[in-house]
Amino acid sequence: MNNGEYESDRGNTVDSDSPSNESRRAFFKTTGATILAAPAILTSRESSAQAIPDESLPPSPPTRPWQRELPEEVEPLEQTDLSEDAYPPQGVANTVNGECGRNDHQRWDDFFGAHPLESGQADTYELRAEAITDYEFHPDYPKQLVWHYIGKNSSGGDYHNPTFHARYGRPVIVRLYNELPDNHTGFGTPEISMHLHNLHTPSESDGFPGDYFSATKAGPTLSGPGQFKDHFYPNVYAGYDEFPKSAKNPVGGDKREALGTLWYHDHCLDFTAPNANRGLAGFYLLYDELDSGDEHDPNPAALRLPSGAYDYPLAFQDKRFDANGMHIFEEMNSEGTLGDKVTVNGIIEPVLKVASRKYRFRLLNAGIARFYQFHLVAANNVQQSFTYIANDGNLLPKPLLNRKNFRLGVAERADIVVDFSLYPLGTELYLVNRWEQTSSRGPKGVKAPGMKVLKFIVDREPDEPDVSQVPAKLRPIRRPTATEIATAPVRYWRFERKNGMWAINDKFVNVRSAGANMAIGSFEIWELDNPSGGWSHPVHIHFEEGLILNRYVDGIEVPVPVHERGRKDVYRLGPNEKVRLFMRFRDFPGKYVMHCHNMIHEDHAMMVRWDILG
Amino acid sequence: MNKENNEPVGSRREILAGMGLAALGLIGLNSAWQKLGFNEIKPALNPNIRKYKPADSATPFPNVTLYTHEGEAVRFYDDLIRDKVVAINMMYSQCSGICPKSTANLREVRNMLGERAGRDVFMYSITLDPKRDTPELLKQYADRYDIQDGWKFLTGAPEDIELIRYRLGFYDVEEDVDNIKENHTGMVRIGNDERKRWSMAPALSDPWQIMTTINHLDPKVVHTAEAHT
Repeated sequence: MNNGEYESDRGNTVDSDSPSNESRRAFFKTTGATILAAPAILTSRESSAQAIPDESLPPSPPTRPWQRELPEEVEPLEQTDLSEDAYPPQGVANTVNGECGRNDHQRWDDFFGAHPLESGQADTYELRAEAITDYEFHPDYPKQLVWHYIGKNSSGGDYHNPTFHARYGRPVIVRLYNELPDNHTGFGTPEISMHLHNLHTPSESDGFPGDYFSATKAGPTLSGPGQFKDHFYPNVYAGYDEFPKSAKNPVGGDKREALGTLWYHDHCLDFTAPNANRGLAGFYLLYDELDSGDEHDPNPAALRLPSGAYDYPLAFQDKRFDANGMHIFEEMNSEGTLGDKVTVNGIIEPVLKVASRKYRFRLLNAGIARFYQFHLVAANNVQQSFTYIANDGNLLPKPLLNRKNFRLGVAERADIVVDFSLYPLGTELYLVNRWEQTSSRGPKGVKAPGMKVLKFIVDREPDEPDVSQVPAKLRPIRRPTATEIATAPVRYWRFERKNGMWAINDKFVNVRSAGANMAIGSFEIWELDNPSGGWSHPVHIHFEEGLILNRYVDGIEVPVPVHERGRKDVYRLGPNEKVRLFMRFRDFPGKYVMHCHNMIHEDHAMMVRWDILG
Repeated sequence: MNKENNEPVGSRREILAGMGLAALGLIGLNSAWQKLGFNEIKPALNPNIRKYKPADSATPFPNVTLYTHEGEAVRFYDDLIRDKVVAINMMYSQCSGICPKSTANLREVRNMLGERAGRDVFMYSITLDPKRDTPELLKQYADRYDIQDGWKFLTGAPEDIELIRYRLGFYDVEEDVDNIKENHTGMVRIGNDERKRWSMAPALSDPWQIMTTINHLDPKVVHTAEAHT
């Protein structure tokens, strides 16, 4: 395999076609047709539109690489005992004491009883969305404004965009205070709706886009403003009704449905791109008996994947800076602002010093519109191997061994295990992105050597022998039966742009009206189609994950890539691509959304509300 | 569009209509083919993006003089936008594409605004066809749609209109797509100049949803859904 090629996973063949090659092929196919097919020609020309460089902005000023180090360990967010708060969490919104007018928490009484939360009933946390005025992305850029979620670290200090460690069977309640300045000027809006992507979380805690709040403003699907909002994350497996809680099933739900790598971010209607790009994003890691977060776990069922300091989340965000090194986002540009600098956990071109042992990295594309094809390379650009274990936070049935690259659409996640014990101390490795992209419409060709975004230095022996492992089997998967597939109603969704407007099935977001209603407990096949030549749409479905049954390019079925054969919540639709998904709709009635996770598209109405009817 | 119709953006009908109305009529068949890219493979970046780029991103709006459908001369930034909450779209009186539905939708938004229109929230529709759309013609258009006050239809020198169109972000990065007027944007630019905060919503959205975006940007509104029904 050449340095620039993508492991397409398409069956056993190596398909080096990059998306741009595919669209070029489509172009020649159409130009071969009769001259009367003028509209098709225009279409093909649109399909190559992504090759247009975004010359409307000068590049961000250069930065000296590898100036800052990431911490050796990402510690978990500390709890705050909300049961001791003057206003302990309760099922009904505490609007008289400052909570915004959310809907009642579903199943509150089942989980906690008909009273406010009592001590020990849940893991409780407090977050504050705050404006930070002296944040440093890179020492070559001035200190400047960001918006972060602030929690508490183990020494009681501020913990920016903290990483949750949650556990199936232990419900979590997060109280989010909005302390953003309501007179803020510039990009972003100081009203927020925190979405936890993609927990099986009831609608009122999902971070529905219309549920944005501040002390002076209430989103259209809230009943009133407030200083804070409580989020109830049950941390039960999907299928809670079908596989009830019992002595043999202490968590409740189908444990095959477990998620591991989740993230939370602002999802304010019309303003997700500027708000999330201001910095409102973090990780929520979820463990259970199998993926227990303990490589020493004596339980024979436990996978014993690398844990603790060696279980490391990495969030990538593309950002653009002006000539003075200040972060910019052009709200007046209909296609938004594509970043040309990539922050890793908030830092441009950082270094991570690692011990010579196995690490589990959880990589997240938390940006607006940029796609990545990541390669791990040595200093001489030779690709290095790793093991791919999870996509979109779901452990695959079996690990994918000896992988050399992978792709991440916006909001997509990949868990990989890298064994640094293969390298002598002092070895430097780089994570590089080789997927070229010059406009927010989507990526184009793959090109080596690519852009280095993160440097690893193997700088020490581990404190103790590495007992972690990657077993040959990870988490079993529940596939639909042939009968279920044969009987499932098929629902078609077309993602397209027309007259400068992004639409789903010719319609635009309407947060008070559902575009589809699902009976609770039902299942359907959803077809997601992107027939519009020049655009990539990473489509995200809230709340329920899907299984890809089929994939199509230019109407021709192609094998589903191996890493996409687990459950997913983001479906990357390149130009002229279509997927068929099997979806179940379970447990928590209410309103959810499906949208393009290119945040520019979602902010400009490429979103549909869908409901589960209880 | 029905389910089986997989035609992409700019469907056959629309493109042919576009050619019939604009491309074929104005530039002739031969160059229309060129416009559709038959003679070149690489699409051209719209050179106007640079041409119209503001030197200072803090002042995106030009202060050019426009003329309202009531015959009043106004300056675009000082009189129409400065420190205001605004909703701006582009249309032209002869448009038989998305404009009629857009105007009808925005009239519903105008009605929902009630007394806030022209006091707290200002609506503007700027013609894409300034040569034809005189203030008198725009007045006829407004009358035809029974437009009340608080909503100005605007025309001006073609070069000024073009500058405004680019500054509002209402262009396509592909020059050839941008040149076909029937492709013109259906977005409504909604913003709060005092807060330097801008979004946009499709004019063909449910009018209630458009109102929600306006209410979000209007600091006087606390509950974005209750301010309208």
